[in-house]
Amino acid sequence: MKLARPLIIFLGLLAAWQLLVSITGVARFILPDPLSVLTALYQRWPELMSHAGVTVTEILLGLFLGTLLGCISALVIAQYRGARLWVMPVLVVSQAIPVFALAPILVLWLGYGLASKVAMATLIIYFPVTVAFYDGLRRTEPGWLDLAQVMGGSRWRTLTRIRIPAALPALASGLRVAASVAPIGAIVGEWVGSSAGLGYLMLHANARLQVDVMFAALLVLAVFAVALYFTIDRSLRLLISWQPDKSL
Amino acid sequence: MTARSTSIPAGSPERPETPPGVSLRGASLSYAGKRIFESLDLDLPAGRITCLLGPSGVGKSSLLRYIAGLTGAGSEASVSGRLYFNGEDAAASKVAYLAQQDLLLPWLSVIDNVMLGSRLRGEPPDRQRAADLLIQVGLDSHASERPAKLSGGMRQRAALARTLMEDRPVVLMDEPFSALDAITRFELQELASRLLAGKTTLLVTHDPLEALRIGHRLLLLTGSPASIEAPIDPPGRPLRDLGTAELAAQQADIMARLTVARQRAGCGHMTDTSLEGS
Repeated sequence: MKLARPLIIFLGLLAAWQLLVSITGVARFILPDPLSVLTALYQRWPELMSHAGVTVTEILLGLFLGTLLGCISALVIAQYRGARLWVMPVLVVSQAIPVFALAPILVLWLGYGLASKVAMATLIIYFPVTVAFYDGLRRTEPGWLDLAQVMGGSRWRTLTRIRIPAALPALASGLRVAASVAPIGAIVGEWVGSSAGLGYLMLHANARLQVDVMFAALLVLAVFAVALYFTIDRSLRLLISWQPDKSL
Repeated sequence: MTARSTSIPAGSPERPETPPGVSLRGASLSYAGKRIFESLDLDLPAGRITCLLGPSGVGKSSLLRYIAGLTGAGSEASVSGRLYFNGEDAAASKVAYLAQQDLLLPWLSVIDNVMLGSRLRGEPPDRQRAADLLIQVGLDSHASERPAKLSGGMRQRAALARTLMEDRPVVLMDEPFSALDAITRFELQELASRLLAGKTTLLVTHDPLEALRIGHRLLLLTGSPASIEAPIDPPGRPLRDLGTAELAAQQADIMARLTVARQRAGCGHMTDTSLEGS
């Protein structure tokens, strides 16, 4: 039953899609039927996979860099009051700039290759990771800190032994958000300027009215994004097995 | 059960012969402009359990935190006074602290929680001693489990083992058993009384019966700013049998004094609970 439910939902959506196309008789270049998308997926599999490889690389590199930078920033802000006073307003204001608006500039600076997309993905996940981890570091149970102080624990060891482990559940929720938004960064980057990747393939197919290929690319992207999210969610739950909240 | 007079945990060779008495002279603490206590003197006899009673919000926990050195960090607190251990200026490293919540870290096993202090100080942990202490509190079969698997009483036993692991001459306990059910509390009082023998202990409690059972000396903290009333030294030695008429009378007397103190404080006790540890 656990596997059956998603399968039924998936098949139901497919049926509804097919029904919609059959009833309305909508033109193929507006909405192709599921079968032609699957055909496109099959026929252009190698091409789709090579583009997917590029996009996946961008997403994973962005996730890695964004998480690394986000964690470092959160630790610095949490440990140093001065850093908090000076950096926090900058961080918040920087979030007022839509990251998408930066895409053309990033492409201009970093070129059509991998770097600009990695930068996009990094930028888009940096803030949620930083804020989530910082929030976790800030909300350490005061009693634990009292205990550490009476025990004569150094500031550094209190951080590594108590505050960081205690903040991991908060960091994990930041990483879940990151996993779901990182593909957006990579795709938008590809739309603005690129020569490879699923986003590039979609634009390319769009210009030639190959809507079935667009949908096939979208399908590949969706499958990867879902797989990424669940892999990260699962690993985090295994890593933080002591966390009592099982609801998510 | 027998109350053993000595219970020196194995592996602690350099236990000092006599633990220090603690003296507090002219201690003042105000928090956010409100005076909790002023020019307060307090003496904890060496190697004895002193129980501190008082109406809620009077500043019992604040006083305990003061001795533990936990008041200085807050920006809104203003602190003054002198603390002596055996006449010497106090070093905070002589104190171990047990709060009402067990404060066990959920990601560490029970035995790792017991060894937390050495980890935080960067010392190699003495696993053998931790295991011995877990035997003494009856948790040896749960050493490698996470705290979430333990009942409230077992968690507080683990916290007690962690406190004893510190092997400090002075132990400060802030309502450590108040969240437990009556029977578990009764068992833990006995265990604590046995294991804390020979240490200078301050136990903050709201329960006169608990104080009469395990305290060598009882102190009442009343008023605002708070002051300490004349000490009560119940007859006999802890653990006392609570069935005697004498202790019942003493309990009634303490209850009456606490009630008066609370009424005198008026509605004040409702608002200044912020410093009392939950």
